Order: sequence, then C-alpha cells, then structure tokens
Amino acid sequence: MPNHDVILCRCEDVTVRDIHDAIDEGYYTLEEIKRVTRVGMGPCQGRTCLMLILRELSVLTDQPIESLLPDTYRPPTKSVSFDLFGGHPKQGGGAHGF
Amino acid sequence: MVSNAEIVIIGGGISGCAIAYNLAKKGMKNIVLLEKDYIASGATGRCGAGIRQQWAAEMNCQVAKLSREFFETAEETLGYDHDIEFKQKGYLILAATEEEDKQSKENVALQNSLGIDSRYISLEEAKKIVPILNTTDFISATYCKDDGHLNPWHTTLAFAKAAERLGVKIYTHTEVTGIDHQNEKIIGVQSNKGYIQTDKVVNAAGGHAQVIGEMAGIELPVYSERRQILVTEPVAPILDPMVISFSKDIYCQQVPHGAFIMGRGGENEPRDLKHSTSWDFLEKMTETALSILPDLKNTRVLRQWSGMYNFSPDKQPIYGDVPELKGLYLAIGFSGHGFMFGPATGLLMAEFILGEKTTIPIDKLHISRFEKGELIEEASVV
Repeated sequence: MPNHDVILCRCEDVTVRDIHDAIDEGYYTLEEIKRVTRVGMGPCQGRTCLMLILRELSVLTDQPIESLLPDTYRPPTKSVSFDLFGGHPKQGGGAHGF
Repeated sequence: MVSNAEIVIIGGGISGCAIAYNLAKKGMKNIVLLEKDYIASGATGRCGAGIRQQWAAEMNCQVAKLSREFFETAEETLGYDHDIEFKQKGYLILAATEEEDKQSKENVALQNSLGIDSRYISLEEAKKIVPILNTTDFISATYCKDDGHLNPWHTTLAFAKAAERLGVKIYTHTEVTGIDHQNEKIIGVQSNKGYIQTDKVVNAAGGHAQVIGEMAGIELPVYSERRQILVTEPVAPILDPMVISFSKDIYCQQVPHGAFIMGRGGENEPRDLKHSTSWDFLEKMTETALSILPDLKNTRVLRQWSGMYNFSPDKQPIYGDVPELKGLYLAIGFSGHGFMFGPATGLLMAEFILGEKTTIPIDKLHISRFEKGELIEEASVV
C-alpha cells in the first residue's frame, strides 16, 4: 500500500490521498481530477507527476493507462516568459529571433 | 438510466446546473441533466470566470447584478464543501479612445440608474487601484468594486452537487444524439446511453446550442467562435481587479492561487467547434499584456487553451421558450458571459418554466426579439 501522504504533484502539493479522494468522489478521468485537485497544472505541466497519477487512476478504476492519456495538447510545452514572446524585438534575439 | 423525466436539461455547464438546482429547489421532481463530457468541461470550465456588472446594455446589467448578488453568498447557499474562490476586488475597464471614453460615461450612467455601484475615474485613481498599471495608452477608466472572479469548476460543481442532493439525476459522459418531437411538441430525448421520454427539454448546451437546435429541427440564431486564453505560473499577489481594454482586446486577472489568467478576442477565430490553439495568440496576448502591465515581463506562461463563445446577434442571452416547438426552452447565446450570468440564468429559467413571475422581466431576451428587429447590441465585449 502506498503512503497516502506522499506528494505526487510537487508543483501543486497534491498527495496520493488527494487523488484517492477525488476518485472516491466519482471523478474517473484525468481531466476531471486535474480540475478538482490542480494536479499537473503547475510549472512542470505534469512532466514529473503525470505518469504517477495515471498509474494510481489506472489501478483504482481498473482502466488501462493507454485509455487515460490526455487528449489535448496545450502549448507552450515548456514555460516561457512574457518577455520572450511579447517583448519588443531586439538586435539578434527577442520575440522574432528564433 | 431512467426512461422518463419531467424535464431533461442538456448541458452540464453552469447554466444547466443552475437551472436544474433552481427547478429542484422549487419542488420539481424527476429532473434529468445530460452532459456529453463532464461537469464544466465546455465553455464554463474554459472561461476567464470574471463576473462584471459593467455593461452597455440594460438587460446584461440586470442579469449580471442578480448573479453578483447570488455569488456573494453562493458557497453557503449551495452548501459546498470546497472553496469556490470568490475574489471580489472589482473590474477596471480602461478607455483608450475618445469613443470608448464617451461609451464609458454612458455605461456608468446606465449602471448607476440600475443600482450598480460603478464609477468613471481618472487615470490617477486607476493607478491607485492598480499600481503596476502603465496608463500611457489610456484616457480614463471605469471601476466597479463589487465585480470579481470565481473558480468556474468549483462554482459549477457546487450547483451540480446541490442539485443532486435535491434529487436531480445528472448523467455525465452521456451525449444527446436526437430530440424527438411530434405535432410541434417535444416527446423525448435520445442519448448514447438510452432514450428518455419527456415533454420538456432545456437547451443549455453552450458552444453546442445550435447543434441541439438542429436536432430539434429549429434553426437558432446563434453561432460559436473559438476564444483563447492563457495561464501563468503563480506569483505573489500584485493585481486586485480584473483589467479590461476593449480596443486593446484584453482581459487580465490574477486569481487567488497567484496565477494570471488572460484572454483576447482575436481575428478570424474558427467556428468549427474544435478546442484548438494557435501560436499567434501567445505572441499577441503577451505583447498586449506587457504594454499594460510591464512588470509581467519575467512571469512565465504555463499553458494556453481555448473554449467557445456562443454568440447571439445582439450579444445578450436568449432566455425562454420557442414558439414553433412546445416544450423546448432556451438558455443560450451568452456571447462569452454565460458563467457570470449563471445564477440568474438558473433562477429566471426555473421561474419561466414553472410559469411563475420572473424576478426580473425577461421578455426582452426572448428569441422573438430577432424577428421583431428590436435589437440593442451590447457594445462592451472582449
């Protein structure tokens, strides 16, 4: 049995227990669990925790992991500062330099 | 799944959930709500979730005010066990052109006449409310301290759970595929999970309102257009109100969690009902945001997403019934403001369906207004 106080999502401090509670409340999809717990919505965008959450969800709801993968891609893949995107173009760089 | 219902509500966004809750509270039994995905999965859960009363059209002001009054005590009234994150720190609407400045003055006069506590203010005062504001491109502002922001998922779940406690049956992941009618009367609803006999259907399908209309053989005067939005990493609180500029095409808010959420209207947005995203959004959005709030330059964008605005011809909701088809009710065409109008939608539609006198008259929002041509278009929309 996992330790329920273990933090799965380090960005939003979501524990194993939080995920179990959400599933107990009847949320069976990653999208719903994200919305009620904020899991995977922090600066790493789920890169650290997504597979851990999917494994918990898969075991507890008896669904294969492949069927639980998120279906929407939300850019940017990695967090990017406002200045890089919307800053005024500079010599040899800035918003239009890549 | 049940095989018959007193009423079937289509759509598990805030409108559908609030209508279900209000009908149940008024004593209606055997209410069914069908949602093709999950609660708040469509426009509601994707929206900016600001609530404002600062409108140019009278009905929008009245519906917004009624909703704001409900939001102030929503958590207790709905008995929800989670914070709905109501932040009531106002809306600051910036005027950049003479035309906008004139419209602002007219808007405030109308709002004040309806009991909305908005004010026309100088840029100096605006700067006191938002010290990080770059006022260079603006002339004046309007401010209403009672406007605010909520968490749209938890607010909608609060309505849904309260409705369920009152006996409403909510079926998520259940898609309506047909609406059965005979002799100009509704007789049933077909879904991918089964058939439900009913003589009343509420179309609260948000971005898919016109699709539901087609199923009932009714052409509705609404269409859906994509809108995009982004969220940043959480940072220390530096912005109290929602900041809006219509001519710069931006709304921007810092939520209690610390993240900034902002969106824009954009040009040539697709109407294909797909939740797609585009690269130029990020570039234009961040550029506009930096011109107003330059301190955001080192803040990082985490993700962008999209949702649907369901536009009506005058950018005001369509409430009421449909003359051609008995038993069909509409709560559609919110034009980007369905979330903030949610509580009023729920109350007014429930009153209308039950044949009660509505808390505020809604005849001006009936679908027949488009045939009569009595349109007053809302001027203040991002």
